[in-house]
Amino acid sequence: MKKRYLTIIGFALMCRLNAYAQIKPDTTFKKVPIDFYGGLDTESYYPTALKVDEINLVSSYYSQNGDHSAVTGGIGTEKVTDFSNGIDLKLSWYGRPKHKNTLSFGLGIDHHTSASAAYVSITGASKTGGSRIYPSFDWTIENEAKGTSFGLGSYYSGEYNYKSFGADVHFSKKTNDKSGEFAMKLQAYLDHVTLIYPSELIPTSPVVSTGPTYVTTASGNRQLSGGGSSPSIPTSPRNTYTASLSYSQMVNSRFQVMFLGDLVAQSGYLSLPFHRVYFTNGKDSVEKLPSSRFKLPLGFRANYFLGDNIILRSYYRYYIDNWGSRANTANLEITYKITPFFSVSPFYRYYDQSASKYFAPYEVHNPTDAYYTSNYEYAKFTSQFFGIGFRLAPPKGVLGWQGLHDFEIRYGHYSQNTDLVSDVISVALGFK
Amino acid sequence: MTNQIVKITACCIAVMSFCSCVHLHEYQKTRLNDSEMALSNRKVEKNELNFQSYRESASGANAGKTGGGCGCN
Repeated sequence: MKKRYLTIIGFALMCRLNAYAQIKPDTTFKKVPIDFYGGLDTESYYPTALKVDEINLVSSYYSQNGDHSAVTGGIGTEKVTDFSNGIDLKLSWYGRPKHKNTLSFGLGIDHHTSASAAYVSITGASKTGGSRIYPSFDWTIENEAKGTSFGLGSYYSGEYNYKSFGADVHFSKKTNDKSGEFAMKLQAYLDHVTLIYPSELIPTSPVVSTGPTYVTTASGNRQLSGGGSSPSIPTSPRNTYTASLSYSQMVNSRFQVMFLGDLVAQSGYLSLPFHRVYFTNGKDSVEKLPSSRFKLPLGFRANYFLGDNIILRSYYRYYIDNWGSRANTANLEITYKITPFFSVSPFYRYYDQSASKYFAPYEVHNPTDAYYTSNYEYAKFTSQFFGIGFRLAPPKGVLGWQGLHDFEIRYGHYSQNTDLVSDVISVALGFK
Repeated sequence: MTNQIVKITACCIAVMSFCSCVHLHEYQKTRLNDSEMALSNRKVEKNELNFQSYRESASGANAGKTGGGCGCN
């Protein structure tokens, strides 16, 4: 097997040595640009005032159903609806010539309902809805002359049982001929999981306080046995550190590729406190997963412009982690440009994964197992996701409105061989 | 796991090496500069990546979530 790989690599290198096309410098580059309406144009104009680059709105409606809810130990309804809305605002200015500063502000608001959330309480009385809000901020400075950029980002997410604070630093550099680009991003999320347990599994000993005793209900309410103030629900930390690397390359005038890879390390409370596991003896407990996880996803994108109006967009990812999961993702989208400003894009995505070594279905786990989960997110399954998208981007604006420079709508149907099915419809509006 | 990583890396190097990368002038990049040719997710796909990270074990290598930031994996 080693000989085969060495042979392939050696043959590939031989091809690479003689595979250069024309690299003679462009002799027209040194010519001074001439302004036909005046004299020589020796300086370009760089606006120093802050201006709005673009505003993007994205809304999605997601509806799902299945029969393997983790809240009820791998059985029970997985009916979920989610209405997501997000707005991104990009502002830019030139601090110095050819140094472009970009500020990006984002705000997302999701509202979801989950039928299984009612059974955090054993009686089914817990609330089923919730909202999440997640603002973000990014500042990037780009040196257009050198082809480099550097930036800092921050992020917050808040919902009733989960709080997240994130930050990142990112850097990119283009190759000398501007046909390739290397990018790197270092990211950290410092999260806190609110310990809301199933009602029958709430710790029986009262939480230490200086006043009267109290009990935490499954929906997160604190009920007092007497007077005094109610302390907050305990939380447990979860940290995620990611190093993302990518390299993109224009291969020829119709073809470009990108390689992506992430190194992810997680630590802390990595399960969810309201997920149940039922053992072979019929007793239940809260799922228990290790306090560390390492992930390695590797991805590859390739886009090809076929003919005059067809674009092939492809993506492949291989994923591996130390919990025993292996996964393959393959996606193909064929964009047909009916006119230069209107395109239709059917797509298909295939996914398969192996089971985590900590997963087992309902009443299969042994009570003596060190770690256990019945969350079907960690099960062995295959899934398919297919649909179609439409994009409209006329030069005079959508429906004649100059400010609305593009409109996109996309529908997809998702199904797993575990009988989970979902539909999602998304709309994106771009303003300039 | 090490063998699989070595296999994937060797395949990537082979794929890259079979391509002859030409030097492109700006006027030759009209097709590459088409917005549909961008080597990134569409803006409209943003929430699809979120629900996939909730329902599947794998995440990352797609400019989406890699873990953290939400009550997902």
